[in-house]
Amino acid sequence: MYSYTEFDNNFNQNRVDQFRSQVTRRIDGSLTEDEFKPLRLMNGLYLQLHAYMLRVAIPYGTLNSQKMYQLAIIADKYDRGYGHFTTRQNIQYNWPKLKDVPDILQDLANVEMHAVQTSGNCIRNVTADHFAGASTDEIEDPRPTAELIRQWSTDHPEFSFLGRKFKIAITGSPNDRAVTKAHDIGLRMVRNNKNEPGYEVIIGGGLGRTPMIGKVLRSFLPRKDILPYLESVMQIYNMLGRRDNKYKARIKITVHEHGINKICDLVEERFIIQRSSFGGFDQKLLIKLEKAFAAPIYINEPIDSYNKSYQSDPLFRSFVDTNLSEHKNLNYSIVSISLKKHGQTPGDATSQQMRMMANLAKKYGHDELRISHEQNVILPHVHKSNLYKVFNELKSVELATANIGLISDIIACPGMDYCALATARSIPIAQQIAMRFNQLKLENDIGEIKIKISGCINACGHHHIGHIGILGLDRAGVENYQITLGGNSTQNTVIGKSLGPGFSYTEIIPAIEKIIYTYLDIRSSNDETFLETFNRVGLTPFKKIVYTPSEIINKSTATFANNNNESFASQEIK
Amino acid sequence: MNVIVTDNGFESDTWSNIFLTLDKLLLINPKSTNKFSLDVPNTTDPKELAPLFARISLIRIAFLNSTDGRGFTLASHLRLLGYKGRLRAQGHVLADQYTMARRCGYDEIEISIELADRQPEKQWLSRSDWKSNCYINQLKQLA
Repeated sequence: MYSYTEFDNNFNQNRVDQFRSQVTRRIDGSLTEDEFKPLRLMNGLYLQLHAYMLRVAIPYGTLNSQKMYQLAIIADKYDRGYGHFTTRQNIQYNWPKLKDVPDILQDLANVEMHAVQTSGNCIRNVTADHFAGASTDEIEDPRPTAELIRQWSTDHPEFSFLGRKFKIAITGSPNDRAVTKAHDIGLRMVRNNKNEPGYEVIIGGGLGRTPMIGKVLRSFLPRKDILPYLESVMQIYNMLGRRDNKYKARIKITVHEHGINKICDLVEERFIIQRSSFGGFDQKLLIKLEKAFAAPIYINEPIDSYNKSYQSDPLFRSFVDTNLSEHKNLNYSIVSISLKKHGQTPGDATSQQMRMMANLAKKYGHDELRISHEQNVILPHVHKSNLYKVFNELKSVELATANIGLISDIIACPGMDYCALATARSIPIAQQIAMRFNQLKLENDIGEIKIKISGCINACGHHHIGHIGILGLDRAGVENYQITLGGNSTQNTVIGKSLGPGFSYTEIIPAIEKIIYTYLDIRSSNDETFLETFNRVGLTPFKKIVYTPSEIINKSTATFANNNNESFASQEIK
Repeated sequence: MNVIVTDNGFESDTWSNIFLTLDKLLLINPKSTNKFSLDVPNTTDPKELAPLFARISLIRIAFLNSTDGRGFTLASHLRLLGYKGRLRAQGHVLADQYTMARRCGYDEIEISIELADRQPEKQWLSRSDWKSNCYINQLKQLA
């Protein structure tokens, strides 16, 4: 893992001191609220519905036990004993006081962390595949490039006052777990026909009120050109992007209005002179960064005990089958820790849970943790001989829920419970869906499905790209939830299709239930996932059932649910 | 009278040339060997100015609002295209933006008396060490 140089530490300390002075100057009137706003935002400080909210960066989702431990301490010392992990691999504290924020930033700086550029109209925290460096399908670890981009974008003098926020994501695997096509810039590490490393550069993706799938700007960019090329894209966007209407200011609109070909010509023209401003230090640094992210020194132990526990403990077996992913070292596993226990707020972790995850990473995980955009925590390198111990310790703090990728593993934005922009609640909807299907004991039978919920049109909950997307709106003072089906967040990114008229707060859970029963009813086999079924049959069968009054179909679904409960029960006995 | 901010703090404006707009400058006989001062908005295309660099001694770029960062990219583009003359940012620039402006190639900032009163010299001087703690300068060094 990357550890700060003296330069990084000096920068970070200087930044904390500056923010401390900015807070003082806001209080003494040197800075107006309008002037202070962009300055506090680029240090991660929002004004929310009830209080300030501090968003702390976890660059490319990678951290170690010391950092996770510090996040727990901050939650206890300055907040209410918990934090919320977000879809951009950050953590948010919901209740800090303005006067404490400089001290929090100092505590973060002490462990090489910061809240720099987690909000505001600047280049945000760079995100990456949460399985980076561990998965079997990776061409290359994206994190050295992500760290290079972090350094380049940090306090970049040209791009701290852009027309709008700017998000960059990178994946090193053809199986995209970083949602690169829904970012302002998405980078996919590729090889050309001479097997030389480089990047496919995608621009203009984004969700929000105008969802767009990113377009390829350059199908192969040689590795050495990454920073000057990114700089050229940013310069064209900074000058050309609209500033008259904040809803039309993202680069996706710039690309849409000018066309990808014109943007491409402008970027390539700019790139020629931009390249001359780099002298090679950046590439030398990249080589150092690659060393910093080298694989851990794997241990070699027998794994008989793991096999034994797998056979003897059904709860462990369920955890293994659901929450583990293949590691490139056969004797290791990638462990996903669900922050989605049924009925809990998706993405929240208590300080006690954070401490536990930190300890487990230190004892059994080569001191590494990841935050996923799906709001879970990952132990990327756990030797199989340690899995049972990890499972049992997780269980002791209610972190062993076996639901990764299932219907209760929901992405939800904070919604009206916290957010000043929200038009509806998201968290209670997520909680109720999770509780309902847990009660029905259908979760495992339904299998892989991604539900994503946003409490307003800004789409922080990624609803457009959920297999089932739920968007909460305000209709004349009443919450109204619209459903989209068939969205996809992988390399085959698809924006979901609208099912039809929305549902009230009390109608939405029954509507989701009908959709799921329809799927279970019409899937071609138990192996056909929800998304596959949807892609085969389209909206019509779902529409028909969902908009048919309940009393007509109640009977048939009740029968189905009963049958299904029985079959599930019999599975368990086996 | 506006205040000029440099690395040394506040100064009064000693520049006595009259500022021309680009339209006006283009009306002047190209054979004239005089040097001119140019006032441009932050939406100017730097390539239009490049052929005129030899005739310009100062370019003043307007910052109508401190949240509009186009003037930063414009300055850095002008420098990359080879402009060596004086470069001034004028208007709503905050003390907190001083380092950014210097890093993008500005020599000085011109601010109103009102802004200078509200953000006194000390606050600008605390940002005058613009060369240190700069990621982009480090990354652009020679290998």
